[in-house]
Amino acid sequence: MKDQLDHLARSAVAGGLSRRDFLGRAAALGLTVTAANGLLVSAGWAQTPKKGGHLKLGLEGGSGTDVLDPAKYLSQVLFVVGRNWGDTLIESDPKSGEAVASLAESWEASPDAKVWTFKIRKGVQFHDGKDLTVADCVQTLKRHSDEKSESGALGVMKSIGEIKEDGGNLVISLSEGNADLPLLLSDYHLIIQPNGGFDDPTACVGTGPFKLTGWEAGVRATFEKNPNDWRDDRGYVDSVEIVVINDATARVAALSSGQVHYINRVDPKTVDLLKRGPNVQILSTSGRGHYVFIMHCDTAPFDNNDLRLALKYAMDREKMVDTVLRGFGKVGNDFPINETYALFPEGIEQRTYDPDKAKFHFKKSGHEGSVLLRTSDVAFPGAVDAAQLYQQTAAAAGITIDIRREPGDGYWSNVWNVQPFCTSYWGGRPTQDQMYTTAYYSKADWNDTRFKRPDFDKLLLEARAELDKSKRSEMYRDMAMMVRDEGGLILPMFNDFVNASTKAVQGYVDDIGNDMSNGYVATRVWLES
Amino acid sequence: MAVTQDDRAPAGAAGTDLAAAASPVLPADLPPPATLSPLSAPVVALNDFRGRHPLAALLLQRIGLSVVLLFAVSLLIFLGVEALPGDFAQTYLGQSATPQAVANIRAQLGLDQPAVTRYLSWLGGVLEGDFGKSWASGQSVTSQIAGRLGNTLFLAFFAAIISVPLAVGLGMVAVLYRNRFPDRLINVLSLGAISLPEFFVGYLLILFFGIQLGWVSFPSTVYSGMPFLARLQAVALPVATLVLVVLAHMMRMTRAAILNVMSSPYIETAELKGLGAFRIIARHAAPNALAPIINVVALNLAYLVVGVVVVEVVFVYPGMGQYMVDAVTVRDMPVVQACGLIFAAVYIVLNMIADILGIVANPRLRHPR
Repeated sequence: MKDQLDHLARSAVAGGLSRRDFLGRAAALGLTVTAANGLLVSAGWAQTPKKGGHLKLGLEGGSGTDVLDPAKYLSQVLFVVGRNWGDTLIESDPKSGEAVASLAESWEASPDAKVWTFKIRKGVQFHDGKDLTVADCVQTLKRHSDEKSESGALGVMKSIGEIKEDGGNLVISLSEGNADLPLLLSDYHLIIQPNGGFDDPTACVGTGPFKLTGWEAGVRATFEKNPNDWRDDRGYVDSVEIVVINDATARVAALSSGQVHYINRVDPKTVDLLKRGPNVQILSTSGRGHYVFIMHCDTAPFDNNDLRLALKYAMDREKMVDTVLRGFGKVGNDFPINETYALFPEGIEQRTYDPDKAKFHFKKSGHEGSVLLRTSDVAFPGAVDAAQLYQQTAAAAGITIDIRREPGDGYWSNVWNVQPFCTSYWGGRPTQDQMYTTAYYSKADWNDTRFKRPDFDKLLLEARAELDKSKRSEMYRDMAMMVRDEGGLILPMFNDFVNASTKAVQGYVDDIGNDMSNGYVATRVWLES
Repeated sequence: MAVTQDDRAPAGAAGTDLAAAASPVLPADLPPPATLSPLSAPVVALNDFRGRHPLAALLLQRIGLSVVLLFAVSLLIFLGVEALPGDFAQTYLGQSATPQAVANIRAQLGLDQPAVTRYLSWLGGVLEGDFGKSWASGQSVTSQIAGRLGNTLFLAFFAAIISVPLAVGLGMVAVLYRNRFPDRLINVLSLGAISLPEFFVGYLLILFFGIQLGWVSFPSTVYSGMPFLARLQAVALPVATLVLVVLAHMMRMTRAAILNVMSSPYIETAELKGLGAFRIIARHAAPNALAPIINVVALNLAYLVVGVVVVEVVFVYPGMGQYMVDAVTVRDMPVVQACGLIFAAVYIVLNMIADILGIVANPRLRHPR
């Protein structure tokens, strides 16, 4: 019961439960209101953040080849590094996922959502003491949207036509209307740098709560508090140290021995062992990332929708979540959107494991023999186990699946988006529009299911420029149904982000935006001695 | 002294090398003077030089061969990385690769050139002493590697100064008490240590000394500007792991080599003279067993520099091995090449030193006539 209470209290503090909900549930576990209240306070409810201390993070996802230019950020470590030293124009709300102000104070759109005007915050200074100007913002966006740019945000920035300073504001014109533009600007690559980073892209001079004081690629990064931060609701610790620990066992050992305060990427298989540590808390956040089995809709035998449906019904989603994710996740419904997205289409029937329907569609497809599935452990943690589990449930429906285990090295260039049926994963995107545009629009580079439907494309473009939320919501429902019933995507599960910290770490925010509190972990937490 | 009368060739890998190096000095190998043609005069001069300065001749020959070998190694690495699926642009961008971004990177780095052109331009740079820039970070390879190489050598140095004397000492003790309890104990323990995979030894040490007892800090991350004592403390566990891993090999070779010498007649003479057992081993047997011991020590030292990537990963130690693996993962050719050449050079130099020490330690090879 202690565990349950701890979990409840933490959920309440993190915002998953209201205070009233928490007290109600605690009472159900047999606790008096006073005792429950005490517990809540000890878990950090309504507690004032404590300042000071040296925060150490042990993170997976750093390499000797990492570069400090935010345009080239790819890995987990650089994601957090960037959030520490810099700010984007817009942030996303940790709970609703909506756009909230950051360096851009406010914004408004033209009725067709083609011209956007952003008012840039005044009185903000970079780490080097210079004032933030609108020109800096213009230059930053220009650097990332240049055709020759190697920026990770290039895909996001493609639709932008013109970026300019007009009447003291930042004005962005688009070739086609996009109601989600503000959220696109919350992309973690788009950190505002002096003169857009054209002079020295790797200088790490930004407006963030921490200044970079030391950096060795693939080894370590150190930060000190920026005393001149324009916000007072973040950056509570005096200094931050990120140690790159790519080995999962070493990460767990470092946390257990108290040498670091926080680790990312906890393997769900070891969570139960880790929880036994008296000083350890597990921080899991439901998110938008999903583990998928993808078929090319235009390649035989997967060009037959009955075969695709048969393979979708042959997937036991509950079992996948239980065994592969050990419960740290939620079942998927064969479209890449879950309830963490704004305008999520409610009430679509959940597809479940149904050997009879699978058999029916398999027979109707006329396909003979087995189906070849390619997989590798780099596709997602436990991908090979997941493929084997799928093989078993499909066999019960009379479908033979052959598994070919591919080398992890080169999987993303030789198997994914090349072979007609394989395992893969997707991280989430800030909006439904962006998720569909990235992977389901017929001209998208990453259309890894070869889902090419003119009616879907048309709907996607219409929804993008639609500022009326109820109309837009309806369109997203239609699109979800198309992908779910006719697409090449089998989506058995959305994975939670599973991280862990010592109990001294307080104020952790479960952010649906991305892993590690959307990268803001070091700026949001404080250390309780 | 008894040593010079012993006609047993030293056992071990060095035997053939030494014989090959020493053979030109034998009179039988020299052509008879009467048949000399004017053309072969340089050959005679060369043989003459070899005869008078066997050590210098060996060194020159080895250095020449090393250059050829390093060249071959670089070619092999290049072909190997070429043969891996995917090029730098694709693997670096990974799942987020778009055709546009891939093309941009390829054009920028000249990856669209034919392989031969790329290899030759890289080689041209190296011959001028320029190892180029890392494709991933855009930084100079030389400056990036320097720090990592320093870390690797730091770890290898401390592992070596503990493990080598310990191994040789234990080997002697094992001979002294051969087939008795101390010998058996040393054998069982060292074989046990070598039989466990090094990552397992590492995890055990972390569990006991890092977590439960809390005597040493973990992870073993070191960084530039770290105080020397803190650095020593950080490497304590990886050094202990490496010592356990390399100890058995060297210890058993020491034991075998000395035991081999112990059966010679001059040792019997020494015993009959009434010398103490340890004095016989240390003063009379060990010097003649040096060559094979030196060779196995050199092999293990090379391993400590180039073969410890697993230990680096387990202890989160930023050494060369991890750096090279990172570079191979994204096909960062200039970095892979530089790391490969350094590793090959370490092997070559250590083997050369072992051979030279083998000659110096053997008076018959030191004074060929």
